Amino acid sequence: MRMRIVALVLVVLAPAVAGTGPAWAESVVRVGSKSFTESYVVAEIAAQVIEAAGLARVERRVGLGGTGIAYRAVAHGSIDVYPEYTGTISRAILKDPSLTSLDAIRAGLRAHGLTISDPLGFENTYALAVRTDTAERLKLRGISDLARHPELTGAFTSGFLERDDGWPGLRRAYGLALASVRTIEHALAYQALATSTVDVIDVFSTDGRLTRARATVLRDDRRFFPVYAAVLLARLDFVEHQPRAWAALEQALVGRMDGATMTRLNALADLDGQSARQVAARYLGRQVTRAEERARLVHELGTLTLEHLGLVIAAVLLAVAAGVPLGILAVRSATIGQAELMAVGVLQTIPALALLCFMIPLLGIGTLPALVALCLYALLPIVRGTSTGLATLDRQLLEIADVCGLAGWRRLARIELPLASVNILAGIKTAAIWTVGTATLAAFIGGGGYGTLIVRGLALDDVTTILAGAIPAALMALLFHGLFELVDRLLIPRGLRLVMARPR
Amino acid sequence: MITVRQISKRYGPTVALEDVSLEVAPGTTHVLLGSSGSGKSTLLRVVLGLVAADQGEVRIDGVAVTPRARGHLLGRVGYVVQEGGLYPHLTVRGNVSLPAEALGWARERTAERVRTLAELTGFDEAMLRRYPAELSGGQRQRVGLMRALVLDPPLLLLDEPLGALDPIVRADLQAELRRLFDALGKTVLLVTHDVREAVLFGSTITLLRAGRIVQQGPFADLARKPAEPFVTEFLGAQAPPPELRAYF
Repeated sequence: MRMRIVALVLVVLAPAVAGTGPAWAESVVRVGSKSFTESYVVAEIAAQVIEAAGLARVERRVGLGGTGIAYRAVAHGSIDVYPEYTGTISRAILKDPSLTSLDAIRAGLRAHGLTISDPLGFENTYALAVRTDTAERLKLRGISDLARHPELTGAFTSGFLERDDGWPGLRRAYGLALASVRTIEHALAYQALATSTVDVIDVFSTDGRLTRARATVLRDDRRFFPVYAAVLLARLDFVEHQPRAWAALEQALVGRMDGATMTRLNALADLDGQSARQVAARYLGRQVTRAEERARLVHELGTLTLEHLGLVIAAVLLAVAAGVPLGILAVRSATIGQAELMAVGVLQTIPALALLCFMIPLLGIGTLPALVALCLYALLPIVRGTSTGLATLDRQLLEIADVCGLAGWRRLARIELPLASVNILAGIKTAAIWTVGTATLAAFIGGGGYGTLIVRGLALDDVTTILAGAIPAALMALLFHGLFELVDRLLIPRGLRLVMARPR
Repeated sequence: MITVRQISKRYGPTVALEDVSLEVAPGTTHVLLGSSGSGKSTLLRVVLGLVAADQGEVRIDGVAVTPRARGHLLGRVGYVVQEGGLYPHLTVRGNVSLPAEALGWARERTAERVRTLAELTGFDEAMLRRYPAELSGGQRQRVGLMRALVLDPPLLLLDEPLGALDPIVRADLQAELRRLFDALGKTVLLVTHDVREAVLFGSTITLLRAGRIVQQGPFADLARKPAEPFVTEFLGAQAPPPELRAYF
């Protein structure tokens, strides 16, 4: 029995451990992305370019939860390349906004073993947009043209209104004065523009909705907004060891994607509900039929189910292997017990995403760090269940065991653990059901599982995709609930179940 | 042979036992009598080495017993508590076999011994497979007794062994136990609050109050020559009322 559990843990862990070697050794390219539409689409185009060139197998580790995670992933070699923006690299990664030229950014990245491609063509920056008919009527082309029309009204998102590289700086730089300026939710801004409620809104320059809203983006003719030019951020060792793959990427992407193209691709994904794969294939001149797409989704759901199940089972088994002994220890010594429960409790208060983020420098991204984080979260109910179960045992029954000559480990195994089994299993059950839910967060660090769909659905604002991840996760939680009814039957001694079933 | 010499034990300011001495000669039954809180159960646990005394000493067959040195009691002392003190997760057989299992007895030897005891207490094979939750109070008490007897120890310590039973079952079991002790020739130290039980079992009775010995001796002495008014009061409180006495 014990051997079988060890084997199971190894089987579940093996892919995670095997996946951490250097990518070029087996001619695999790991393509990453952050969790918003444009990043998914560009990463998918890059992935399909490499696949089409037949140069390497592609591993997609997309939907990473933010710049911090994506950057750490590429810096620590968990991915080889992902789409990023020059402004983000200089500000958020190199922490030096004065670095604007490509050469300066490359020089800064070299120290981290990284480099960037030349710009792909589009920029994703703050921009001001007006209705196209307004632009034509008033002959508005650049932001400076707005200075001639103080009668116009503006509505801006709160971030844009407050940031110095937003409205306050922009107004000073261009000497703008609008008749009125108010705050608006990003989601409502386009509608407000369409219904002429406002004349000017702030947008992201490649937002897909610009194509449908009959809106015109005003040129930043005084170059006020920082440049957020899209590039590929890659590891130097990848560029050096797989020069042909890198060359294929540069050839297919650099200078080929202008703002209008990217906006159109974003619209296909965001507004027409096409998958990143479909959009990328279309951009590369191929067609993905609905049937193919559906078949792929089913296949993906299967893969994600196995990943999710593997994560939950391995994390809970590890947590049991660590938590039950910790719970036993907590009962043996009051001091250790206090310290332990405090430590485990504190772990619980660390936001899951932050914990996952801390794991990256230690374990990279992917299954292994997700597993460790999930295991840490699962500890509390197991340690508590075990220590509570053992601490509340009938003292007389323990004394009788002593008198019978059962002491130490034998008393623990023969008497204490079976008697405490109800509480211990309740803790494990809670841990397992929590873990099914928490495991959806693993997707943020490329750990796979149902969260992959939830993260993607959130990014694409696509409820169907979110539900495609959330419903199976809920079903899996129910499954575990049922499974534990069975486990209870197997592991709680019959005599104890009789006591519980007896009317009082 | 159990020798208790000048045992004292306090829990904080509370006196649990104060200068208690007694002796149980081989093959005799000694009863510790008292109401709850009198210290009788604590004394039993001191004798078993489960609780350390502040002062005094306990010797069993001449060897001192403390919580750190009670290894020699293994197999020499059987312990029975109220309601049997059975492990709910073990069957009757599992409970009874436990002390033998702990000592590493061979399976056949244990099975043989359990069979003998089952005959003695009227348990059949099907009953041995039951769990404590499936037994009556009296049956559970018998299982506790079988477990205490499985290693055939010369000494038996019983803590209110019949306390939780209804009167008829209790009277039956009292008689049964009495026969058993006599037949097996055990040295017995029995704790009870029940005067009737004390009379039935005890060749010697120690009456305790608030941790101190009030009187020690055969029942006849306690009844006829009470050391203090409390003795008469204690014995009298449990005597049947005169109206009832007329019928028997």
